[in-house]
Amino acid sequence: MSLEIAISIVMTLVIAATPILLAGLGELVVEKSGVLNLGVEGMMLVGAVAGFITASLTGFTPAGYAAAALAGLCASLLFGVLALTIGANQVATGLALTIFGTGLSSLAGAGFVGTTIARLPALFPQSIAGHPILRLAFGYDVIVYLSIALTLAAAWFLNHTRSGLILRCVGESDVSAHAIGYPVTAIRYLAVAFGGALAGLAGAYYSLAVTPMWADRITAGRGWIALALVVFSSWRPWRLLLGAYIFGAVMTLELYSKAAGFALLPPEMLAMLPYLATVVALAVIAMRPSRGRLDAPRCLGKTFRAGA
Amino acid sequence: MAAILDRRTVLAGAGAIAALPHLRARALAADPLKVGFLYVGPVGDFGYTHAHDVARKKTQDFYGEKIKTNYVENVPEGPDAERVLRQLAQEGNALIFATSFGFMNATAKVAKALPKVYFEHATGYMRGPNLATYNARFYEGRAVIGTIAGMMSKTGVGGYVASFPIPEVVMGINCFTLAARKVNPKFQTKVLWLSTWYDPAKEADAAKALADQGADIITQHTDSPAPLQVCEQKGLYGFGQASDMSSIAPKAHLTAIVDNWAPYYIGRVKAVMDGTWKTGDTWWGLKQDTVQIAPYNPAMPDNVKKAADDVKSAIIAGTLHPVTGPITDNKGTPRLKDGEKATDEMLEKMDWYVEGVQS
Repeated sequence: MSLEIAISIVMTLVIAATPILLAGLGELVVEKSGVLNLGVEGMMLVGAVAGFITASLTGFTPAGYAAAALAGLCASLLFGVLALTIGANQVATGLALTIFGTGLSSLAGAGFVGTTIARLPALFPQSIAGHPILRLAFGYDVIVYLSIALTLAAAWFLNHTRSGLILRCVGESDVSAHAIGYPVTAIRYLAVAFGGALAGLAGAYYSLAVTPMWADRITAGRGWIALALVVFSSWRPWRLLLGAYIFGAVMTLELYSKAAGFALLPPEMLAMLPYLATVVALAVIAMRPSRGRLDAPRCLGKTFRAGA
Repeated sequence: MAAILDRRTVLAGAGAIAALPHLRARALAADPLKVGFLYVGPVGDFGYTHAHDVARKKTQDFYGEKIKTNYVENVPEGPDAERVLRQLAQEGNALIFATSFGFMNATAKVAKALPKVYFEHATGYMRGPNLATYNARFYEGRAVIGTIAGMMSKTGVGGYVASFPIPEVVMGINCFTLAARKVNPKFQTKVLWLSTWYDPAKEADAAKALADQGADIITQHTDSPAPLQVCEQKGLYGFGQASDMSSIAPKAHLTAIVDNWAPYYIGRVKAVMDGTWKTGDTWWGLKQDTVQIAPYNPAMPDNVKKAADDVKSAIIAGTLHPVTGPITDNKGTPRLKDGEKATDEMLEKMDWYVEGVQS
């Protein structure tokens, strides 16, 4: 395998990993606060279509990303009202959000099918972004670097700040957090909104960068991979980063190896690999003698009502 | 309890359907004929499903208030299709088009259970008294774009983003490769199977992988325009699938195989209205205008345009069959003798690749 192809593979896998990292990171923070939002796919699609429409009408791609984050945030607030304020079942609400988001994006994007927009250019000047070797590290758009920076920021926030501690506390024991006087529902709203904004951004990465066009269901189920990734990471941002790149590598390498003529696995296996990897990771984590649990936040998915 | 309720509902539904034809005969003048469509992808895929939906709209426009068309999109191939088919029948659709190969078993089963409803299954081979099949000879279009690919490719390597190894896709790959090798005997087709009809990001990555392996012209048998977009970005050439996709990739898009199902749908609806509907297998192609070749990219040299036009008119005239011997498969086994033409039956069951296909 030539160096050029190796670099091309790495660059493809980074692009494949970036949106699932973004969506997964958002969901990780949401789940750390004790909320399970299965609406990632729906929020991604809402973000994808809002981003595409905005970029298409304004001709300014960054505005697309901003609109996408905002749209994802709004979609997540819908989840918040139903699951946090009214106290509806989180699993059902999340699934409903996915169905809603899929339909809404399809409706909103109907007039934009078959159109395309300009991608964001690479963040760094062409002299290094276009360099045959340096492009490996500098050849991406700003979202790729943003996704990594946000992962670092989230790791620092969750583990080294007081606010992060409170967020984790809300996720581990909502009743205790409430007893101490923390506004559990408000904190969860913030986490859900953050998750929604990142899911929107992740969706827009598909419609604005990976395949800059609008087509229905453009994310094609990546939201579920992001959800699997959160479990795979056992709720740790660092592992999420690693996992996203492993998932990206698995998806990319298989295509490249086949194109090169080595069929490592039948194509049906390729489609299930990310999920298989999650199952394996779960099994490995669960089998470790020192920690017999999966590190899931204790209150994950439980409805909280103050005074209940 | 739940099971009983379910059965009761189903029985009630079946009863309603059994009563349907009489109702229909009586109410034909007043009530519009309901026609249902089952789609595997979203109508906004800009590809295969989009083409079916364009035809549905044309059919609706053609008959106006005399018919009412309905569709269900994103139906998974498998058991779920059966549920949706039954639901469409219960809603009173007297004629139902199941538009993807993977709906075959479900359609056959439901057709048997509901003998008074007319079913039409695209690209399959199971038929019954109330179940007809229809298909388009897309492979004829593949021969046209294969000719273009063979002449336009500098590396002599074509990339083929493929979905599932079913005969429909296999015959497309073979015809593309045969036509390309006719103009460039060294032409090779690299095929990448994705196990999906629709996943834009994966289709794009597959196109990138093929391009990195030396393919400088890429075609696809998946439904989104994503591979074309990769061609546009990398300065390669590609072809539209099912719809004219030149708006997505104006430079890369050389032409497209356009599916035009409208004449068939309009005809079948008329047959139901007249009471002349019969089962059968319809396989139309370039000649009947079911398969169309989109306008050529202006950047295509005139000799390539002419060669493509020649192949197209020879197929329409019946003087050229895209699969004509001598043909040896890619494992060295002779398949067709010199001058022997592939029969429709052979095409419908094709599970081998011609020389030059790397799969």
